Amino acid sequence: MFYREAGQFKTTYEADQAMLPIAQDRVGLLLILLIAFAAIPLLASDFFISSIMIPFLVFALAAVGLNILMGYAGQLSLGTGAFMGVGAYACYKLATLFPDLNILIVVFLSGFFAAGIGVIFGLPSLRIKGLYLAITTLAAQFFLEWCFIRIGWLYNYNDSGAIEVPQRMLFGLAITGPHATPITRYLVILTIVAIMTLVAANVLRGRIGRSWMMIRDMDIAAELMGIRPLFSKLSAFAFSSYYCGVAGALMVFFWLGSAEVESFDINHSFLIMFMVIIGGMGSLAGCFMGAAFIWVLPVILRAIPSAFELNILAATMEHISSIIIGALIIFFLIVEPHGLARLWRVGKEKLRTWPFPYAT
Amino acid sequence: METFVAGLHAFLVAPFLDMVSLPDFLLQVIWEGFVSGILYALIALGFVLIYKASAVFNFAQGIMVVFAALVLVSLFDLGVPAWLALIITIAVMGLLALSVERLVLRKLVNQHEAILLMATIGLTLVLKGAGQLVFGGEPKSMITEELGFSTGSSDWEVFDGIVIFQHIDIAAAVIAIIMVAVLGVFFSKTRIGRALRAVADDHQAALSVGISLNQIWAIVWFASGIVALVTGIMWGARSDVSFALEIIALKALAVLILGGFTSVPGAIVGGLIVGIGEKLFEVYWGPMFGGGVEAWFAYVLALIFLLFRPQGMFGERHIERV
Repeated sequence: MFYREAGQFKTTYEADQAMLPIAQDRVGLLLILLIAFAAIPLLASDFFISSIMIPFLVFALAAVGLNILMGYAGQLSLGTGAFMGVGAYACYKLATLFPDLNILIVVFLSGFFAAGIGVIFGLPSLRIKGLYLAITTLAAQFFLEWCFIRIGWLYNYNDSGAIEVPQRMLFGLAITGPHATPITRYLVILTIVAIMTLVAANVLRGRIGRSWMMIRDMDIAAELMGIRPLFSKLSAFAFSSYYCGVAGALMVFFWLGSAEVESFDINHSFLIMFMVIIGGMGSLAGCFMGAAFIWVLPVILRAIPSAFELNILAATMEHISSIIIGALIIFFLIVEPHGLARLWRVGKEKLRTWPFPYAT
Repeated sequence: METFVAGLHAFLVAPFLDMVSLPDFLLQVIWEGFVSGILYALIALGFVLIYKASAVFNFAQGIMVVFAALVLVSLFDLGVPAWLALIITIAVMGLLALSVERLVLRKLVNQHEAILLMATIGLTLVLKGAGQLVFGGEPKSMITEELGFSTGSSDWEVFDGIVIFQHIDIAAAVIAIIMVAVLGVFFSKTRIGRALRAVADDHQAALSVGISLNQIWAIVWFASGIVALVTGIMWGARSDVSFALEIIALKALAVLILGGFTSVPGAIVGGLIVGIGEKLFEVYWGPMFGGGVEAWFAYVLALIFLLFRPQGMFGERHIERV
């Protein structure tokens, strides 16, 4: 009744090829953006912004990166955490080597380093696929982790071995470092994530994105139809790693403030893979849903004992929430293997025909 | 140029000179590598069993090793005699196999391989949380002597030096060989083993001749549960039983790549190559890189190997058609 495209006529090719052809979708997206850009900074508490919204956005961006590789190009990767680390360390090195360079430029530049490393570790994808490939990306994960520890130059030979974020200004406001307020950091991240998601959406429905999907659906057939697997697979790795790298840079510079190798370990790779699978492979909206689900759920679980004034040790609660999350992941995979995005799509279809379900 | 030649010498020549100059030390290193290779191979064996029969890449094998060892040790700590604890642990692994088949696998038939992989990672989280909740997170020591293994060591004088063999390591090697032999006989001679191979070849064809998939899956999970228990005992005897084992178990994945996902001999040979290669590389080349190269050597070796032989050493070569 409310969500129906009846009466919306497309009279130009541009209108027909629009990203969101239905007016209700455009209004919905505008509403979400309005809430994200205006309502949350005005109304939400600092705690909500800095420990829920900022990590959520960072992980959503990383999930977009992995989803490009896994959901659209069909190449499994377990090295996401390490690619995020490459972005973060590159960003740190660039920021300390060129202190006068605008920090936003530094963040975007650091993604290219991650993309380069991603292409190198994507090379095996030309010969192998599926789970074999997933395991070779473990080589990236462990080798890069080792580099982050052993190569002192990467963290400027700090005694702690950690990277500390220096303070950087934009328009006279501190946007990184200890003096940046959560709201400024949130707005910077939100802008970057929104722009990059828009770019991803357009790349994915363009020529390159379609060639990725052809490779995913059947690579030999795609090759016979004139898609170059070398270019397609490696560009998918480059694009995906770029996104992961920027996400890693954002994670350290705008969320954590300082980071060690543990921030990029294999558990993070799994975390982001969970987000992609729970959200839905091959769906950008799914990345955001998955990130919200996987990040917010443990926060809520941790808040439960204090809400009911139960006396449970923090460590015990940690184990219980690990069990619950594991069980929920299995449950979700059984109930809807195509993720939350598919549930959302089914809901929209239902809404289109409501209240006359047989009236199509 | 001179530094380049010196570097080349340090990388290509000096390590071999080191090896020849101290042959007893070299033998010791190879033996250590051989033993850890056997343990990698045992973990990989658990993976292969499940992958062969159900095309599920069981990420939880590593945590199953920890879980089995923890159950055994904790039961003993409660005062249960060692032999009874062993039987109860086997029963627990059987129960685990049944419930995994019943609650997870049966509902995920015919799904994409990434989804099955994710399900086993979910299982890993559950087992890890449950294990830490019930048994606590601190490392425990394995009840080696109570299970009838000697903890002593023997020396072997050779090349004017001594090579030390821990008895438990010898036991591990012997048990691994026995286990592979038993599995080989089981696969080729028994009724269930043949059904297993039929399922591995073609699910639908196996179903149509009356083989019960569910039953087969429960059996392979039980079998790899027992492999996990043996691995847990052996590994626990060398170091403590702790959740850190899980990361080490990830190395078995590199072993799998080398050997091929579906090959039992591949798992063994791959395990030995990774174990020995890793130790040699760490001892003779490691200092050049600043140490700690054990963390990635196996994976990088596997990656380079795959570039030349994508199906692994013993994997079947598939011809793909559109």
